[in-house]
Amino acid sequence: MSRRLGLVIVAFAVAAAIGAPAVAPHGITDHFGLLLNAPPTLPRLVDDQGSLHAPFIYPWRRLSQLEQRYEEDRSVRIPLAWFSGGHLVRSSNETAAPLLLLGADSFGRDVFARLAFGARLSLGLAITAALGAMLLGAIFGTIAGYYGGTLDDLLMRTTDFVMVLPAMYVALALRSVLPLVLTATQVFGLLAAIFAVVGAPFIARGVRAIVRSEKQLEYAAAAQALGASDLRLLARHLLPAARGFLAVQMTLLVPAFIVAEATLSYVGLGFPDQLASWGTMLHDASTNIRVFADFPWLLSPAAAMFLVVLGLNLVLQDSRSPADTRRGANASLLG
Amino acid sequence: MTRYLVRRIAFALFLVVAVSSASLVLARLAPGDYVTESLGAQAPRETIERERARFGLDKSIGAQYRAWLAAAVRLDFGSSMQYGRPVRDLIPERAANTAVLAVTALLVATFIGLPLGVVTGSRPDSLFAHAIRSVSLVLLSMPPLLTSLFLVFVAARTGWFPIAGMRSPGAPPEGALVDLLRHLVLPTMALGAPLAAMLERLQSQAMSEVVGEPFVMATLARGVPRARVVWRDALKAALRPIAAVYGLIVGTLLSGSFAVEVISAWPGLGTLMLGALRTRDVYLVAGCAGAGALFLAFGTLVSDIALAFVDPRASDTSHEQAAGA
Repeated sequence: MSRRLGLVIVAFAVAAAIGAPAVAPHGITDHFGLLLNAPPTLPRLVDDQGSLHAPFIYPWRRLSQLEQRYEEDRSVRIPLAWFSGGHLVRSSNETAAPLLLLGADSFGRDVFARLAFGARLSLGLAITAALGAMLLGAIFGTIAGYYGGTLDDLLMRTTDFVMVLPAMYVALALRSVLPLVLTATQVFGLLAAIFAVVGAPFIARGVRAIVRSEKQLEYAAAAQALGASDLRLLARHLLPAARGFLAVQMTLLVPAFIVAEATLSYVGLGFPDQLASWGTMLHDASTNIRVFADFPWLLSPAAAMFLVVLGLNLVLQDSRSPADTRRGANASLLG
Repeated sequence: MTRYLVRRIAFALFLVVAVSSASLVLARLAPGDYVTESLGAQAPRETIERERARFGLDKSIGAQYRAWLAAAVRLDFGSSMQYGRPVRDLIPERAANTAVLAVTALLVATFIGLPLGVVTGSRPDSLFAHAIRSVSLVLLSMPPLLTSLFLVFVAARTGWFPIAGMRSPGAPPEGALVDLLRHLVLPTMALGAPLAAMLERLQSQAMSEVVGEPFVMATLARGVPRARVVWRDALKAALRPIAAVYGLIVGTLLSGSFAVEVISAWPGLGTLMLGALRTRDVYLVAGCAGAGALFLAFGTLVSDIALAFVDPRASDTSHEQAAGA
């Protein structure tokens, strides 16, 4: 039951990311100068007289430009327009009363649209980095577990060393070595590489343990006796044994990397500000001192992050084996 | 035991030297230096040259590193360019702030997480266990970055506790401790809550495994009261995997403390290092990294000793290798 709920949450986030141009009523840079920090517009079915209508919204009327306070203008109903102009849903009068499902930020940009587009960067980066970490971890883990000896010792010592280091500081130090201003693509590649390196040791340890114990089993000996090459034995027989472990670690690495991106962007060492990622959105919000008291919708990236991580944790529930935890090979410890 | 300690201390020294050296070299390799970052590119050439020479930035990386290392052996870690103070004076104050935060959070997490884990692990089907498990799952999905944002939000709305900083300006000195404790609430909860949830889950898993073991059944059969079996015999056995995890938690704690420090403006090592990295204050970067490494080495040492305490088998070499490094 809860597992299914988790899958639904994650599927929603991924769908929003992929379908962002259609799901979001606006682009990430469209701004409404008269609606700075405007609250969310609520789609309604029932008007003030109590009669039922097709979904509609009330436009915001600005009460105070200085204090950025708004009030719903109950005299006009603006019906929603479905499937118009390539968008799933938007207001039928975009210039006067845009549909702002999660309000507007300090530049008057649609927070919901930025959240959906931000999911592309945030989730995309986390998934890319997690795949990179698995690849690196699987390669080094198999080498260490299969060949053993000095190479194994050396590799495991190195992973031990990287694992005790606080991941956030390693990422921070590596990131700050490079120029502060980089293009979005460079930042994406760079962060994915850094995260992959920091996450790989956790994978490598687990894979090594699995390969080591599997290669002693009869089927591995049989394959070897039949003349299978090392590479074939590893790729066809031993690595598949680690599939379950890798799947679990993937669901642990992705949330860790989502949060890592957010932290780095929050302190200004992640994506450039004009782009929308969940971290840069939080960074924008943090520069607004009234965000906590008056404009809480600016914190919706934090809520989105929580939901996605919760979804992944629900999917994962009980499938994490205690034996992995004991070995210390568990990416949930990746801080 | 003495040999073991000597080896651990040697490793700690290696960790501190390696980490601070690496960060000095890395920070030096970064484009731009403190002088260009602080004076801007328009500054006259002579000024830039003079300032560079003053900070030792005109030397090659190798020469600068050797000079720094030679001084560091005499416990002189250079001067911070930003603050104009010796790194040696600057670090302890900030490191102590981080230590206060991290240690309080760890204690809170341990005293909440472990007992709850024992309860949920020994009676997994009770209503209480289900409730705790759900809360843990929610908290596990809120890393320190999110918990601190959430708590700052709550504090800003309700005014229950201060939202930022470590001390109120102009607070009377006699109420200083109370003031500090009030400021400590938010960052400690932000850092401790996810950790408590993690410890609860781990302890619960370990406990449910141990409860199924024959020795527990045998003790129960001999008529020892259940509570005593659970809280004394089974708990002692179940602490082993937890103690092994504590060595890795130190790193998690430092990482989490970084996010909390940044969001709640806690004047700790994390915010100091961030500022140093941004301004390319290389000696301060190296100092901060070294202090962090010291924390780490100390934390893993303490957790190894704790592990040896709950599991005597751990002091033999094979285990030491697995838990150590």
